[in-house]
Amino acid sequence: MVSLVTRSGVWLAVLFFTVIAVALAKDAPFAIHMTICAFAALIGLVVSLRQADVDALVRGALRMPDQGRYDDDPIRWGVIATVFWGMAGFLAGLYIALELTWPQLNLGLEWINFGRLRPLHTSAVIFAFGGNALIATSYYVVQRTCRARLAFPGLARFVFWGYQLFIVLAATGYLLGVTQGKEYAEPEWYVDLWLTIVWVAYLAVFVGTILKRTEPHIYVANWFYLSFILTVAMLHLVNNTAVPVSFFGSHSISVFGGVQGALVQWWYGHNAVGFFLTAGFLAMMYYFVPKQAERPIYSYRLSIIHFWALIFLYIWAGPHHLHYTALPDWAQTLGMVFSVMLWMPSWGGMINGLMTLNGAWDKIRTDPIIRMYVMSLAFYGMSTFEGPMMSIKSVNSLSHYTDWTIGHVHSGALGWNGMVTFATLYYLAPRLWNRERLYSLRLVNWHFWLATTGIVFYAASMWVAGITQGLMWREYGPDGYLVNSFAETVAALHPMYALRAFGGLLYLAGASIMAYNITRTILGSPLREEKPMTETPYDANRDVPLVGAATAAPAAAAVHA
Amino acid sequence: MANKRIDDATGVETVGHEWDGIEELNNPLPRWWLWTFYATIVFAVAYCVVYPAIPGLHKASAGTFGWSSRGALAHEMKEADAARAGIRAEIAATPVEQLAGNEKLLRASIEGGRAAFKVNCVQCHGAGAAGAKGYPNLNDDDWLWGGDIATIHQTLVHGIRQPGDDATRMSQMPAFGRDGILTAAQVQDVVSHVRVISGQEKPSGSSQRGAAIFAANCAVCHGAGGEGGRTVGAPRLNDAIWLYGGDRATLTETVTNARYGVMPAWGSRLDPVTVKMLAAYVHSLGGGEKARAPAAAPAPAASAAAK
Repeated sequence: MVSLVTRSGVWLAVLFFTVIAVALAKDAPFAIHMTICAFAALIGLVVSLRQADVDALVRGALRMPDQGRYDDDPIRWGVIATVFWGMAGFLAGLYIALELTWPQLNLGLEWINFGRLRPLHTSAVIFAFGGNALIATSYYVVQRTCRARLAFPGLARFVFWGYQLFIVLAATGYLLGVTQGKEYAEPEWYVDLWLTIVWVAYLAVFVGTILKRTEPHIYVANWFYLSFILTVAMLHLVNNTAVPVSFFGSHSISVFGGVQGALVQWWYGHNAVGFFLTAGFLAMMYYFVPKQAERPIYSYRLSIIHFWALIFLYIWAGPHHLHYTALPDWAQTLGMVFSVMLWMPSWGGMINGLMTLNGAWDKIRTDPIIRMYVMSLAFYGMSTFEGPMMSIKSVNSLSHYTDWTIGHVHSGALGWNGMVTFATLYYLAPRLWNRERLYSLRLVNWHFWLATTGIVFYAASMWVAGITQGLMWREYGPDGYLVNSFAETVAALHPMYALRAFGGLLYLAGASIMAYNITRTILGSPLREEKPMTETPYDANRDVPLVGAATAAPAAAAVHA
Repeated sequence: MANKRIDDATGVETVGHEWDGIEELNNPLPRWWLWTFYATIVFAVAYCVVYPAIPGLHKASAGTFGWSSRGALAHEMKEADAARAGIRAEIAATPVEQLAGNEKLLRASIEGGRAAFKVNCVQCHGAGAAGAKGYPNLNDDDWLWGGDIATIHQTLVHGIRQPGDDATRMSQMPAFGRDGILTAAQVQDVVSHVRVISGQEKPSGSSQRGAAIFAANCAVCHGAGGEGGRTVGAPRLNDAIWLYGGDRATLTETVTNARYGVMPAWGSRLDPVTVKMLAAYVHSLGGGEKARAPAAAPAPAASAAAK
């Protein structure tokens, strides 16, 4: 009873405060945001007062099975949220790619111009799609590898819904023009404060579960998850330190200015890549690849060495985003050499993932989910080689500020983060909803090939565009003058931009197939009638696949015999 | 560590841990991985010795190569300046009208002008110098203020309608409609006349009334036949080339409210040699006119006054 009064009281206080904030708001976006928060608080209040069993309600609506050994409800919500935000983020990405190719698509509307939709795209795919995938899988993995139910189940649910509120506030803010102007850290001070509360709750749930584990050791995936949660908390707090212009307005001034501000921003920005998109997703890889392949991890020793090397080296590499700027030379040097040293520690994760398939390589032929994991690790390896290479100053002098950077990011994001997440969603959906298997395996195969082809179009066109751009910018004529104007370099890239948008369309098409497949799995539709994913016929003696005429030949030989 | 076992598929021993069915093999670090890792560390240390790397209280270690990004930039700029110093000195010493007489200087000027144009001029005149609404096309022979190289140079140095420059190109068309000099109907008539002399419409009652209004109000600057007047930068009206547009709506807007196009005075923004180069480049684009004999210079003004 006390807990009911306390909880309702907190929601009432939040509701009261947000309504006052709407009334006193200095600008329209802040009023809109506080209205959204007021509605969230109202929902919280009603749920508390009615003592509603949200889990049971949602379980009915989403056809979830009852609680089992582990607390899986927030994970099921997370799977659905990941698919939903992924589709939103990919769609936004395709639209801005088309805007870059045909700027008329800005339609003269400030809310959908490239400058506002771009952070919507990046935040939707990194924080909404990737973030929900990380939170959901971390809940899944930490319970199973610790053999313990989630600590603080109420807090775990608060983390899920609080994170969705953060996403809604960030996304609506971008469209309304609310931004700190810091890449990947665009949300303003009050949204940052909210995320801090949510993130501390997340840390408590995760660490709490590890502390109540019934296993003697902590599995490597949990080291990576914990490093991700802790480091993102630190990065978020430091980079978003700002003074609000008004407590009832959506604007703040960062405490860091000039080149110090740039350094802090890229210390944050690079480690968002390092600890969100690398460490977090490696954690995912370390659990789901051995589970799907049903093989032991390749090397325990490698996982220790590459974990600590990665954690230690990544945090220093940020200054390579500021080569040839006002940043002092010594800081640029350190950014570069730490990036170069990062190459092998990054590859340690790829080796441990790929070599785990030792003894199960045939599954690449037979299991489309394993195929996705292998492709994602291959892209991880390519991107983590390309990154250190691009951080070398003489390479950077060509690649910096060009579309090569965009190509690099997307070979990592689409290839590594996207593919590993898709495969994991395919792993999770039938298990979380107690289905025999996915609705369709052939649709997974379609998704795999659409996504892979899409990435090839995307990355190849951006590599060509970036190198073209870099070479045109630095082209000097015989008299020692620059040859090209900026507008001429933009015009030269137009066909590459169209090809990039086409690649994005393929990738989105693959993700749509996944959304359909997972929806049918969740709804418990009868399995799709399809030819089974049979093994390719192959000649065991010569160890080559049999195709066309070769397939017929052994049959004929058999007749003769 | 009690659960160590030999993995059948690989023949490698496990470490003995197990989490939710996941075990770990006790493979060593791949040698190539380890040695490449060491190599990158050695590279990093060596790089930090030869390049600036270690921050101190007042300045960082300089590195044994003595390299700095500012130093490298200064060095490259000095080399580039030195490579061009000779030809720039020659251009500086040559009056702009005489550039055409020296093939080498003219070519160097045009190349330098092409580069400076891309940085300073394309924003308004376009990458191909084809202009845009309100910004003249520089590829044709339809000049507002004159198209010989000295006149172009004069326009560049002092700009057009630039406050604070006494020698800037200055003129102001009256806002015939807004200031009540002509009624709205009269504005339409004079627009009709302009569209007739530019070959866009057939003569009509309106255009005939407009002809009289044109003669009384417009011909003093634009010429009796609409051939334009370069002393005041009045555009030629009897051709198909338009600065703002020749359709009825745009012409009505122009006659009603007038126009006041401006261009910066580049003499105060760029060095004299670059401005000369820009003049040579613009002159070379296709519409450049032959230089007038100095003595004949006042003649067009005089004849315009005589009209």
